[in-house]
Amino acid sequence: MQLVTPGIGLLFWQTITFLVVLFLLSKFAWKPIMKALREREDNIDAALTMAEKAKLEMQALKADNERLLTEARAERDRILKDATDAATTLVEGARTKANEEGQRMIEQARVSIQNEKKAALTEVKNLAATLSIDIAEKLLRRELQDEQAQRALVQSYLQDTHLS
Amino acid sequence: MKKILVFLLTVLTFSAQAAESAEGGEFNPGEMISHHIGDDYTWHFADGVVLPLPVILYGENGLDVFLASKFYNEHHEVQPYNGYVMEHGHIYYANEEGEPRTKVNEKGEVEPVGPMDFSITKNVASLFLSVLLLFLVFFSIAGAYSKNRGKAPRGMQSFFEPIIVFIRDDIAKTNIGPKYERFMPYLLTVFFFIWFNNLLGLLPGGANLTGNIAVTLVLALLTLLLTVFNGNKSYWGHIFATPGVPKWLAPIMIPVEVIGIFTKPFSLMVRLFANITAGHIIILSLFSLIFIFQSIAIGPLSVAFATFMNFLELFVALLQAYIFTLLSAMYFGGAVEEHDHHDDMGFGDGPHAAQAHH
Repeated sequence: MQLVTPGIGLLFWQTITFLVVLFLLSKFAWKPIMKALREREDNIDAALTMAEKAKLEMQALKADNERLLTEARAERDRILKDATDAATTLVEGARTKANEEGQRMIEQARVSIQNEKKAALTEVKNLAATLSIDIAEKLLRRELQDEQAQRALVQSYLQDTHLS
Repeated sequence: MKKILVFLLTVLTFSAQAAESAEGGEFNPGEMISHHIGDDYTWHFADGVVLPLPVILYGENGLDVFLASKFYNEHHEVQPYNGYVMEHGHIYYANEEGEPRTKVNEKGEVEPVGPMDFSITKNVASLFLSVLLLFLVFFSIAGAYSKNRGKAPRGMQSFFEPIIVFIRDDIAKTNIGPKYERFMPYLLTVFFFIWFNNLLGLLPGGANLTGNIAVTLVLALLTLLLTVFNGNKSYWGHIFATPGVPKWLAPIMIPVEVIGIFTKPFSLMVRLFANITAGHIIILSLFSLIFIFQSIAIGPLSVAFATFMNFLELFVALLQAYIFTLLSAMYFGGAVEEHDHHDDMGFGDGPHAAQAHH
């Protein structure tokens, strides 16, 4: 029975002592300890967050570099292609032009040949006419040397010409 | 380690022998054990090494302060002193024959009468010692925290830091919730107080402080007061109008809940007291076997069992401190928890739902 009956002395000392301990430890031990622990945890948290951020930034940077490189490569390819295209176009153009020029010259030559030919033909025709007339004159002159012949001719003309 | 253990056990054995020789004649294990787990006005370290402690009495003669050694004459026999007499670990008023004065109480039983006893007994001295130790340890740790601010803990700091963090994270935060911070000083103090005193009690010649009902009563009372004074609306609501319980059950529910307020700290008080006292009784009983059988052959066996028990008690010392702190935290958690969002506890027709229907 004595074992489970709290004695007043110990109750008194325990109450006072424990309250004093609670007060002093709270003020001078737990408060600074808890504060220090929290501060350290916050620091660690902040450091971890920063490391994570730096990692992300590094990744972003790397991705950026990658992108730039790809872009540069694409740009180079594009320029090369453009240059090739330009060269091709140039060559093609030159060829076409040359062809056209040749064609044009041929055409011109043909026209000029045609003209020359016409002129020559005309000349030939004129010459032939002149010659024919000359020959005809000479022939006529010889034919119509006698009176009879002239008459006969006039007669024939007259016969042909129907008087009306 | 082995040497220390052997020393420990030897000293324990010696103190058991001392008890025997003090009683004189026949060895009475019951008396020896109750003497060891009870309180005392002197601190008996070993045979012949006795520290008399101050006796502080308040009663008919006003305040009286003297050393407990005054109760012993030069032959170490108990004698009355200054109108007081010591018997069975209590101080009573002495009558003319030097016997405790008696009176008949209301039940008709004869009982001795004594003054109010505020003596610095063995338990109180041990309490002061533990407080000194607590201050020494935790003030130095607090100093270490301010000295190497933001750095890794070292020495004693690194031993206690995981325990402090465990109490904060796994006891306070999980059981109390967001308002845990205001209970941290109490939880930390109560944990280390109980643990340190449990360990001091295991030392040879140590006092059975945490196995004393007065000490556990004060601790449990503080938990009760903290719970009640921190109880919020939903805590009292659960006691006086338990959600989900029909109104007509209130005459049964309210007394049950009110009793529940007190049974919780009561269980805390009894659990700590009983566990620590039982541990002491078992170890002392094992040693008593040697003297009961009066045989050297039983010695090694008894020592082996007692060693095992001592290790178990080291664990129990920590476990009981943990349990007391954990349960206190759970009671605090119940007092400050906000129930509003799960009042119905999954029952669709709780009081709020019923009101909504009408």
